[in-house]
Amino acid sequence: MGRTLTFNIFRYNPSDPASTPHMDKFTLDETERMTLFIALNRIREELDPTLMFDFCCRAGICGACAMVINGRPGLACHTKTKEMPDEITLMPLPVFKLVGDLSVDTGVWFRTMYQKIESWVHTDKKFDPTAQEERMDNGLAEQIYELDRCIECGCCVAACGTALMREDFLGAVALNRLARFILDPRDQRTEKEYFDVVGTDEGIFGCMGLLACEDVCPKEIPLQEQLGKLRRKMALAAVKNILPKFLKKDF
Amino acid sequence: MKIIQTDLLCIGAGLAGERVAIEAADNGFSVICLSIVPARRSHSSAAQGGMQAALGNSAMGEGDSPDVHFADTVKGSDWGCDQEVARLFVDAAPIAMRQMAFWGVPWNRVVPGEQTYYKGGKPFTAFEKPENEGLIHSRNFGGTAKWRTCYTSDGTGHCVLYTLDNRAAQMGVNVVDKVEAIALIHDGDTCMGAIARCLKTGELTAYLARATLVATGGFGRIYRESTNAVICDGGGLIAALDTGVVSLGNMEAVQFHPTGIVPTDILVTEGCRGDGGTLLDKNEYRFMPDYEPDKAELASRDVVSRRMTEHMRKGLGVPSPYGDHLWLDIRHLGEHHIRTKLREVDEICQSFLGVDPVHQLIPVRPTQHYSMGGVRTNKDGAAYGLKGLFSAGESACWDMHGFNRLGGNSLAETVVAGMIIGGKIVEFLKGTETTFSTAAVRDAMNKQTSRIADLVACKHGSENPYTVRNAMFDSIMKGAGIFRNGQDLEKCVGELQEILGRARKVGLRSNGKGANPELTMALKIEGMVKLALCVAYGALKRTESRGAHTREDFPERNDRDWLTRTLATWADGADLPTLNYEPATHTFEMPPGDRGYGGGKIIPMNG
Ligand SMILES: Cc1cc2nc3c(=O)[nH]c(=O)nc-3n(C[C@H](O)[C@H](O)[C@H](O)COP(=O)(O)OP(=O)(O)OC[C@H]3O[C@@H](n4cnc5c(N)ncnc54)[C@H](O)[C@@H]3O)c2cc1C
Ligand code: SF4
Ligand code: SF4
Ligand code: FES
Repeated sequence: MGRTLTFNIFRYNPSDPASTPHMDKFTLDETERMTLFIALNRIREELDPTLMFDFCCRAGICGACAMVINGRPGLACHTKTKEMPDEITLMPLPVFKLVGDLSVDTGVWFRTMYQKIESWVHTDKKFDPTAQEERMDNGLAEQIYELDRCIECGCCVAACGTALMREDFLGAVALNRLARFILDPRDQRTEKEYFDVVGTDEGIFGCMGLLACEDVCPKEIPLQEQLGKLRRKMALAAVKNILPKFLKKDF
Repeated sequence: MKIIQTDLLCIGAGLAGERVAIEAADNGFSVICLSIVPARRSHSSAAQGGMQAALGNSAMGEGDSPDVHFADTVKGSDWGCDQEVARLFVDAAPIAMRQMAFWGVPWNRVVPGEQTYYKGGKPFTAFEKPENEGLIHSRNFGGTAKWRTCYTSDGTGHCVLYTLDNRAAQMGVNVVDKVEAIALIHDGDTCMGAIARCLKTGELTAYLARATLVATGGFGRIYRESTNAVICDGGGLIAALDTGVVSLGNMEAVQFHPTGIVPTDILVTEGCRGDGGTLLDKNEYRFMPDYEPDKAELASRDVVSRRMTEHMRKGLGVPSPYGDHLWLDIRHLGEHHIRTKLREVDEICQSFLGVDPVHQLIPVRPTQHYSMGGVRTNKDGAAYGLKGLFSAGESACWDMHGFNRLGGNSLAETVVAGMIIGGKIVEFLKGTETTFSTAAVRDAMNKQTSRIADLVACKHGSENPYTVRNAMFDSIMKGAGIFRNGQDLEKCVGELQEILGRARKVGLRSNGKGANPELTMALKIEGMVKLALCVAYGALKRTESRGAHTREDFPERNDRDWLTRTLATWADGADLPTLNYEPATHTFEMPPGDRGYGGGKIIPMNG
C-alpha cells in the first residue's frame, strides 16, 4: 500500500455545448483491496461529481462496467488496482455510442443485434399450462447454458477490428447467441433460416478470425470454437442454398 | 413537453416488470418498460441460486407439493404473510417454471441413476428415478422441507432474465433503457403514468398510461452495505410514497446476509459455512460457539448476522478503511475442496479482493440483502391508494414473504406474480378507460422541471447530496440494522429527521447538464431518507421480534398485538411517515405456530 494512483480519464459530455473531448487527471491514495469500482466512485464523490461511468452489479455479472483499461477492454468492477501500474488510463468502449465520459450506450446496440438475429425460440407449438414440461437431456441443457453465459458487456465488440470498420457487423457475440439457438431443440428454425441471418458479411463472413474477441471476453466464452463451427455449418448451408437455385436455372 | 402514450407503463424491466409486460403485450396492449440500465443488466440477473416451485421431480424433492411449499412459505414469513397470496403463489409456481422452460430457459434436468450430492460438507448418494429423466431438477435451499429450487447452473437469474427479455422483444414490448422515472402523474385518485428523466440526455418525458406498474426491485441501497446492485435505490417506491396516498407495507422488514465481502459487499454463498468455514474476529478467535454453542456458524442467516454484529459492537471487529469487519476462514477445507466445491467463492475472492482463500482469510460483514417491504398491493397487485397503479416483484408488498422471505422464493415470485398480476392488469385494461387530465400532466412536469432548476441554482441550499447520503448510511446501519432496540431506534429516527432537513437543502456543484450523475443523486436523496425513515420509524413502533425484525428489548413474537402489517404513507411536507396497521392475513389456512427454527418465544394470538 501507500501508493498514490494517477487516473487519466477521457472526458466529454455531448449534451453540454461547452464540453470538448479531453483527458482529465485525478489522484487517489490506494487503499487495501481497491478496485476500479471503488476508485471511480471515490473520484466522483470526492473530486468531480460530474464524472459519468456505469456500474450496476459491481460483481462481474451484469456487464455494465466495461471500459478500455490501459488499452484493453475489460470489466472495471473486477479490476484490482494492486495489479495495475500506478498510472491508469481509462477510455470508453469504442463502437458503441458515447453517453458521456466512460459511459456508452450498449442497450440500443445489443437490442438491435438481437432483433436482427431474432434471439428467441421460434416454434409453432403453444404452451399448455396443464402439461408436464417437455424433457431435455441435462448435458444439452448445460451446453446451452455455456453459451448463454454472455453478459453483453461489449468487450468483444470493442476489441473487434471488423466491428470498428463496419457499423453493421454483428460481432462474435451475435454468432455465439445464434449458436445457442442452433443447439436448442426448442427452436424450430431451419439451417437456411439461420443462414439468412448470419451468412453474410455482416455476420460470419465478415469476421477476419483474429480472435481479439475471445481474448478479452471476461466470461471466457469459447467464441473461437463457435465461430469455427458456425463458419463450417454456414459454408455448408451456403452450398446447399446455392445448388438448388443453380439447378433450377435453364441452360 | 415530450409526451408518450401507451396502455401499460412498466417502471422497471427486471423479471417482474418484463413478465407483466409480456402478459399485456400478449393480449394486444401496447407496453413500454422503463429501466435505468439495459433490461438484461437489471438486478434479477445477479441471482445465481434458483427459484422455488414444487415440481417434485428430483429424489430429494419427492413427495413435494404446493401444500408443502405453502407451509414452508408461511413458516418462513414467521406468519407475517398474506396466506391467500401465498396459496396463489405456490399453486402457480410450477406452471410458471414450465412456461420459462417452454420459452427457452436451460433448466438443469434430472439425470437418472445414483447421484452424489452434498449436505453439510458431506457427500451422500441419492437415486434419481429413470422415469423422471429430463424433467426439471431441483437443488437444496435453506428453510424448505424438500429440495425445490429450480436452477440453471450458477446463472439462474441471468438465464431467466435473458429469456424473458427475448420474449418481450418478440412480443413487441418497447423497452426503453437509461431512463429513470422520478415521479408519478396522478390527481390524488387515479395514476396516469410517470415523469421520467433520460439518463443519456437529461431530457424529461411524460409517459401517459392507462395502467402503471412499479417493478423497480429492492431499495437495499439505503444501507451502505448491501448485496444489491448499485441501482437498487428505491426510485419506484419514492415516486409512490411522494403521491401522499399510496401505502408502503412492512418497510421495517429487511433481510440481512452474514457474508458480504468487504469492501464491495458481494455475496459469498452460505455454502462456505455449510461446508465447515468458520468466523474469526480481529484476534483470529472463533467466536460463534460462544454465542451459539449448538449450531455455531450454521445457525440461520438472521441469527449469525445478529451475533456477528453483537461481536463487532464489543470492539472485536477488524478495522479497515471501509469500516469494521470479521474474517471468514475456509483455509482448513484445503485447496482441492476450495478450488472445486467452492469454485465460485474462490473466483469471487481472487477476482474482486485479490485474496486467495486457500491461504488467506476472507473479510466479511453482515450485509443488507432483501427488502420484504414495498408498495402495498391487494392480491391482484393493485396498489392501495391510486386507481390504475400496480406493483410486482421485490418493489411490491404483495405479501407472500411476511417478515422473512425464503431463499429461492423471490425469484420465483417475480415470474409468478408477473403472470398473475399481468392477467389482472389485462382485465383492468379491458374494463376501464382513463381520461388524462392535462392539468395533472402539466403540474407533474412543471414540478419536476422546477425541482431540477432549483437544484442547479442551489435555491434551497448547497448541501452535498453524497455527504447527506453518507450521513443516512451511518445512521440507519447503526440504528435500524440487524439488531434493533427502542433507544437506538429513537436516536436513529431523530437523526434521520435532521438528515431529511439537510436532504431538502441539497444543491449541485456542477451545471446538471446531460446525464449528470450528481443531479441523479440529488433528485433522489430526499426520497431515500424518507424510505430510511419508514424503515426506522416502523421498526421503532413494532415492539416485537418477527422474522428478520429483531428487537432486543422485545424478543417475543407477539401474535396478540402484532399479527399485523404496517402501512406507511407520507403527507406532503411532513417529516415522519403516517403509520397504520391492517391484519397480516384475512384467511388462516395455517394458524400461527412455531417456525421450527430460530428459537424465540411466542405470545399467542389470544394470550
Ligand atoms: C446477490 C443476490 C442474489 C440473489 N439470489 C437469489 C436467488 O438465488 N433466488 C431468489 O429467489 N432470489 C434471489 N435474490 C433476490 C432476487 O434476485 C430479487 O428479489 C429479484 O430478482 C427482484 O426482481 P425484480 O424484477 O423485482 O427487480 P429487479 O430485477 O431489481 O429489476 C428492477 C428494475 O427496475 C428498474 N428501475 C429501478 N428504479 C427505476 C426507476 N426509478 N425508473 C425506471 N426504472 C427503474 C431497473 O433498471 C430494473 O430494470 C438475490 C438477490 C441478490 C442481491
Ligand atoms: S475473430 Fe471475428 S469477431 Fe472476433 S475479433 Fe476477430 S473479426 Fe471480430
Ligand atoms: S461474448 Fe464475452 S466479451 Fe462478448 S459481450 Fe458476451 S461476455 Fe462480453
Ligand atoms: S458492474 Fe456488473 S459487471 Fe461490472
